[in-house]
Amino acid sequence: MDILNALVAILNYVVVPATAYGAQLALGALGVTLIYGILRFSNFAHGDTMAFGTAITILITWALQSAGIGFGPLPTALIALPFGIAATALLVLGTDKIVYSYYRKVRAAPVVLTMVSVGVMFLMNGLTRLLIGVDEIKFADGARFLISAQEFKKATGLAEPLAIRSTQAITVITAAIVVAALFWFLAKTRTGKSMRAFSDNEDLALLSGINPSRVVAMTWIIAAALATIAGTLYGLDKSFKAFNYFQLLLPVFAAAIVGGLGNPLGAIAGGFIIAYSEVAVTYAWKKVAMYLIPGFQPDSLLQLLSTEYKFAVSFTILIIVLLFKPTGLFKGKSV
Amino acid sequence: MKKLLLATAAVALCAGGAFAEDIKMGISMGFTGPLESIAPPIASGAELAMKEVSDSGKLLGGDTVTPVRGDSTCVDAAAATATVERMVTSEGVKGIVGGMCSGETIASLTNVAVPNGVVMISPSATSPALSTIDDNGLFFRTSPSDARQGEVMTDIIMEHGIKSVAVTYTNNDYGKGLADSFAEAFKAKGGTVTIVAAHEDGKADYSAEVGALAAAGGDALVVAGYVDQGGSGILRGALDTGAFSTFVLPDGMVAATLEKNFGTELDGSFGQMPASEGEGKDMFVSLAKTAGFDGSSIYSAEAYDAAALMLLAMQAAKSTDPKVYKDKIMDVANAPGEKIMPGELAKGLELLAEGKDIDYVGATSVELIGAGESAGTFREIAIKDGKIETVKYR
Repeated sequence: MDILNALVAILNYVVVPATAYGAQLALGALGVTLIYGILRFSNFAHGDTMAFGTAITILITWALQSAGIGFGPLPTALIALPFGIAATALLVLGTDKIVYSYYRKVRAAPVVLTMVSVGVMFLMNGLTRLLIGVDEIKFADGARFLISAQEFKKATGLAEPLAIRSTQAITVITAAIVVAALFWFLAKTRTGKSMRAFSDNEDLALLSGINPSRVVAMTWIIAAALATIAGTLYGLDKSFKAFNYFQLLLPVFAAAIVGGLGNPLGAIAGGFIIAYSEVAVTYAWKKVAMYLIPGFQPDSLLQLLSTEYKFAVSFTILIIVLLFKPTGLFKGKSV
Repeated sequence: MKKLLLATAAVALCAGGAFAEDIKMGISMGFTGPLESIAPPIASGAELAMKEVSDSGKLLGGDTVTPVRGDSTCVDAAAATATVERMVTSEGVKGIVGGMCSGETIASLTNVAVPNGVVMISPSATSPALSTIDDNGLFFRTSPSDARQGEVMTDIIMEHGIKSVAVTYTNNDYGKGLADSFAEAFKAKGGTVTIVAAHEDGKADYSAEVGALAAAGGDALVVAGYVDQGGSGILRGALDTGAFSTFVLPDGMVAATLEKNFGTELDGSFGQMPASEGEGKDMFVSLAKTAGFDGSSIYSAEAYDAAALMLLAMQAAKSTDPKVYKDKIMDVANAPGEKIMPGELAKGLELLAEGKDIDYVGATSVELIGAGESAGTFREIAIKDGKIETVKYR
């Protein structure tokens, strides 16, 4: 019984939240890594692309809600998602046309493009705020829980509760579907193959007749889709606040770099590594230890680091990885 | 400038006490900055008391009072110091209602008011640090210290029969001050604090914080945060994971948004916030309405009392010299004596002129304790059926 209680406590406070958070980071990191792999620069505007996509999705969700359209037990935002993706794709394609295409034409160094993306970031930042404001917005509707804490306790008779929010389940399932679709697209379709070829060797790809503007456009559309999905899932699970998405940029980049920039598989692994380390290292293991070791009454909380330092954890991992494996855990391009 | 000062000093000397004097009083508030929206009613509250005294013509044989406003910015200690410096040295104020925020108040008090010997009464700085500051008896406040809220919160929790709590606070001066003073008071009364953990505002993910709080355990969770910020995130996480079901909510968490966002989920939780109420407050609000501002705005009534206390103390000391009248402030604020309500300042001045004692009640039931700060009235609230209900005032 005690072992079960310990297991449930770990599930409830570490595994469930970290898995959902990890899935959201992984989707964000995939977008970053894709742009890095194909367009060859670190897109700092990615966090705000997420915010913009989510803002559009929220606006459409509200319109749907006021029109009385719902999605049963699922959040209405899932219906609004395709529209959000379309609007975001238009925005990033427009940005590419106006801003990035010039720097590609003059063959600017990646660091110049990165700095340009910082400028784009601030613009999108302002655009999102003009559009939807700076306040915290909750837009999740439908059923809140898959398993609620009270029901779980009643059903199992355990002392520890277990709660799984429906948004957490949706996040993980959607992320799995999106990742599978992306890998299938990159591995099997003609466009996907041409994108990989472009990423591997740009000149060779051009020589073999691959249309570069098509590859660039596809990359932006996929990145916009990934950003909007990641942002919407994150907002559904927690809440939407423009500033939070700006801050999300840091763990997203950490995830992409830890996994190896330019490597999609690495981005996913990186997302989960960052999420788990943030939650697990700052978790107080006292209760779990007391369940597992009968008669053990620790004075301290058995907490490695206080929660204030959770961001330090992900960046410590980032520094260690960069020191010993500069290309990331999954052999990406070196930064 | 020097000549002017000399001249005025000479005039003042010649005048002795026979002629009426114009007393300048400073009002140092954050008219610009993060609290700019609540500064004007605070200043108006102070000016209302000054006008009342001035119009009565009973202060020290008909002295008039002129307010001098200055911008303390609330956040910029250097700007606040410069403002107060100007008030003291070039305007020659005899007392200051201010500052507004704790950090700025500490800076202008220690850099200007104490070296120059000018009385400062703040209506709104609540940091516990101001209770122990070395002020030569020149600093008072008509709002309660956050330390006092910690004690009141302890009493309320104990009355609910809860002996063990976890504490989380927003990582700033307010949150840390409140959490620390509460933890100290709670332990002193025999309670157990399982963990005191900070949370950052403006984050969307609080699962790590909630996990740590849940592992530490406790019968209730004290959330010393902001309802529009991380405080609500912590509540959401704790409710969803089933970590806690009873919450203790101090002033930053008690707001209408709580009802909107959580509804009946918080039933059984409780808390408190500083709130003045009663006859004095009602009288002040109606006086303010006549004067054309909102007297129910936060700390407006406290500012009225701050200004009134200084002017009454001048009358009691028969001097406008801050170094003399500072010792009379506690006397006029506290019992014994006849009770003085808002709008009755003229009566108070008369009684003092006759050499009688007064007990200034004012708009906020002023009772100065300790190093000269308000004991404060707190509104105890409980959440029932998704609504915040007032249990009682204490």
